[in-house]
Amino acid sequence: MSESAVLVEGVEAQAAQGDVGEARSLGADAWRSLRKNVFFWISAVLIGILVLMAIWPSLFTSTDPTASVLAEARSRPSSSAWFGRDIQGYDIYSRVIYGARASILVGVMTTAFTVLLGGAIGTIAAYAGGWADSLISRITDIFFAVPLLLGAILFMSALSGTLTSYFGVILKVVLALSLLGWPSLARLMRSSVLQVMPNDYVQAARALGASPWRIIRSHIIPNAMGPMIVVSTINLGAYIAAEATLSFLGIGLVPPVISWGVSINDAIVGLRTTPHMLLFPSLFLSITVLAFIMLGDAIRDAFDPKTR
Amino acid sequence: MGKYIVRRLLQMIPVIIGTTFLIFYMVFAMPGDPTAGKCGERPCSAAYIAKYRAEHNLDDPLPVQYAKYVGKLAQGDLGTNQYGVPVKDDLKSRYLVTGKLALMAITVEIVIGIIAGILAGIRKGKFIDNLVLISTLFVISIPVFVIGALAQYFLGVRLGLFPVTVTQKASFYELLMPAFVLGSLSIAYVARLTRTNLVENLRADYVRTAIAKGLSRRRAVGLHALRNSMIPVVTFIGFDFGALLGGAIVTERIFNIQGIGGYIFRGIQMRDGVAVVGAVTALVIVYLFVNLLVDILYGVLDPRISHE
Amino acid sequence: MRDDVTTTTEKAPLTKNAEGKITYTPTDGRLLDVENLHVEFHTDDGVARAINGVNFHLDAGESLAILGESGSGKSVTAQAIMGILDMPPAKIPDGAIKYCGHDLLTMPDDQRRWVRGAEIAMIFQDALSSLNPVFPVGWQIAEMFRQHRGMNKSDSLAQAVRLMERVAIPAAKERVKAYPHQFSGGMRQRIMIAMAIALDPAVLIADEPTTALDVTVQAQIMALLQELQQERHMGLILITHDLGVVADVADRIAVMYSGRLVETANVYDLYAKPAHPYTRGLLESIPRLDQKGQTLAAIGGLPPNLLRIPPGCAFNPRCRMAQDICRQERPELREVAPGRMSACHFAEEVINA
Repeated sequence: MSESAVLVEGVEAQAAQGDVGEARSLGADAWRSLRKNVFFWISAVLIGILVLMAIWPSLFTSTDPTASVLAEARSRPSSSAWFGRDIQGYDIYSRVIYGARASILVGVMTTAFTVLLGGAIGTIAAYAGGWADSLISRITDIFFAVPLLLGAILFMSALSGTLTSYFGVILKVVLALSLLGWPSLARLMRSSVLQVMPNDYVQAARALGASPWRIIRSHIIPNAMGPMIVVSTINLGAYIAAEATLSFLGIGLVPPVISWGVSINDAIVGLRTTPHMLLFPSLFLSITVLAFIMLGDAIRDAFDPKTR
Repeated sequence: MGKYIVRRLLQMIPVIIGTTFLIFYMVFAMPGDPTAGKCGERPCSAAYIAKYRAEHNLDDPLPVQYAKYVGKLAQGDLGTNQYGVPVKDDLKSRYLVTGKLALMAITVEIVIGIIAGILAGIRKGKFIDNLVLISTLFVISIPVFVIGALAQYFLGVRLGLFPVTVTQKASFYELLMPAFVLGSLSIAYVARLTRTNLVENLRADYVRTAIAKGLSRRRAVGLHALRNSMIPVVTFIGFDFGALLGGAIVTERIFNIQGIGGYIFRGIQMRDGVAVVGAVTALVIVYLFVNLLVDILYGVLDPRISHE
Repeated sequence: MRDDVTTTTEKAPLTKNAEGKITYTPTDGRLLDVENLHVEFHTDDGVARAINGVNFHLDAGESLAILGESGSGKSVTAQAIMGILDMPPAKIPDGAIKYCGHDLLTMPDDQRRWVRGAEIAMIFQDALSSLNPVFPVGWQIAEMFRQHRGMNKSDSLAQAVRLMERVAIPAAKERVKAYPHQFSGGMRQRIMIAMAIALDPAVLIADEPTTALDVTVQAQIMALLQELQQERHMGLILITHDLGVVADVADRIAVMYSGRLVETANVYDLYAKPAHPYTRGLLESIPRLDQKGQTLAAIGGLPPNLLRIPPGCAFNPRCRMAQDICRQERPELREVAPGRMSACHFAEEVINA
């Protein structure tokens, strides 16, 4: 980097700290710049509302999503049904609110599984090194080689006869996506850990006789977590979109599960005449995905010193 | 260079073995009834089950099963669908259509994505940059099937600019809108990736050297910086091809394209498990080989890799 | 146009050679005249004054070393001469940089670009990141000939081989197609040097060329630079913070602090009797074998924040000899002995100490 750039950066850093700065951890620093980012707040509010919708749908609507008024099927938005009614006479607004739960559940659970599984495998591979690392990397490559959607279709197709309850179906989708999603996080965590390990504080901890578990837990993971957090936040949005796509194809969540993907699938048929049936679930789906991507972007900017 | 290619080929072999084993296991070897949900709405007849078990060697020990499975794959045998037609025959005519669609989508992705990314990168912070960033954010958030449905409705039904569905002959013009829809997500990612890489490379020391050599800014950016920026983009496009194949299923459904994707969708609808699995497996193998080609291309572009 | 800048010579006439390209001939061997140069950086937190009125000159065949800590402005000076500063946020509100009498700062852009590389060349500290990793080294050297002189591919490549041989890269003919990462650090620096001298420039600026190299390689590179300089009668500007490197190669030394020159002298006088407390501090802080077991002498404190340079002498917070006048009045660069300048109120005391 040119000296002028170094000058400018050093100058800004000194100015920010008032020449004699207090010591600030990376996390505190990141939080500070996160707070100032308007997109962070927008996405946080949106996600808050959506999570609330998922946990307490009755806060948002008192209409039963399974109550069908066939006489008014496919009707436009009105005062009695804010988003209109779908092809089976269900209140679309109500179904959209209740649909949040399935989508958020799938997104959150998949992310949790992939983070735990991928993060653990990546860390172990990097820390162990040697043949264990090679073996694990090979296995990671194999799972990584199967594209997400194609692999999920295979998985769901193979299990099509089993686990047909509400939670069973959600679990199937979560497993399908997790099975194919962990490799990218594993790779990421592995390279992150490989960058952190040569640092002096890790060597120092080793020299002081700390157990491997302690080193990993207290020193390596906190410092290597950053990229994984960013990517998994963005991936959460992608998994929600993936679930919707699977449902749209008829191989993901199926009725009686209420989800946005299912609603969109039902609505495609009537696209020309009754576009509102498609519009509202699509809108909520898109906003949800957008919110998570925005959040991931904001977190990445907060951690990255170059874009500050 | 030759050594690099051979090395890559050798590295592919365990991946192919592993991936085919993974697919094999998912489809045939998991606990449960393998014929569940494969014969439409009703459970399969006893005759079908017997035939199925014989054909797929389900009574053999696992390693033998797998070996015979790979043997069949090598001969292009992807099983027989629920009507008794070999999947291989079903797919024969459809490769061309899907191939056309995918190729068009990739072209669109490369041309528009890279150009947008370059414009945004060299005019960072200006209007065009913000325009690209925001529009790509929206495209990434809105799932492919929503974009497809909207495009079909507004551009096809309302404005009549493009045919709403694609006929058997699948002409270039008919495939234009579907190709754009299919490539839309990839365009967004490629644009963002190109932009990020370009911005980073513009700050690199070797660009400073190029200017110090008295080269024009155009040459320093257009040749020196760009060449370095393109390398990760090429790798991404290869990796993204898998997502493209998955997206093709969705796009072919919406626009009624008689390609492999449409075949898979119909197989899902009809609960023809063997057809679905066979076709998806074919796509995965195609993807693996495309990835191998991209890997080799990467070695050509970045001399640091092929000299490892 | 800056009409308020004082000029030392009249504007030199533009001469063109047979091909219509502008040629630059030094008057009395004077290659570079930097006059009252000011450079500032406009940041979100204020204006950083990186260079505050710097004057020096360079003659043909002479080596000038610019010495200073990080943040002293030495690299910025070099980049300003080359014209490779990013113009926002950088701004040159005042001053002139005259090459053979022509002010580079007021030249049209394309004319300035032709000067870069062909007349004034620069090499940088980290040769690995300064060379483009995806093009062969021969191609990068040959680019100078292709772009500046319109040579064809094979001729320019032949020239590249010749240059690589001149900078002592073994098996140059075979290695001309190799990539930067396939060379060692010292070899890469030689390649950079080959690229810089390709078009026979009159001035070569070396920005910390050996800082990233180990000691034996350092010596080789410095010897090579000296050799090339004498052979081609080039003016060499060596930018460094390393007093050891300077002693061998430099004829004159200019010490910079906080964007200003605080002392200029020839190399012998500077090392024997420094005329500024900062220079004295730098010399005293070099560890010596006969000081074994004693505490290392260091200049305490940090260089000032360029957004808020202290009033008076910029060095006063760290100076052992600071008095009230130092905190109030900024000392001007004045002649304290024949051919020696110093910016200190007590320069004479420092010389005789």
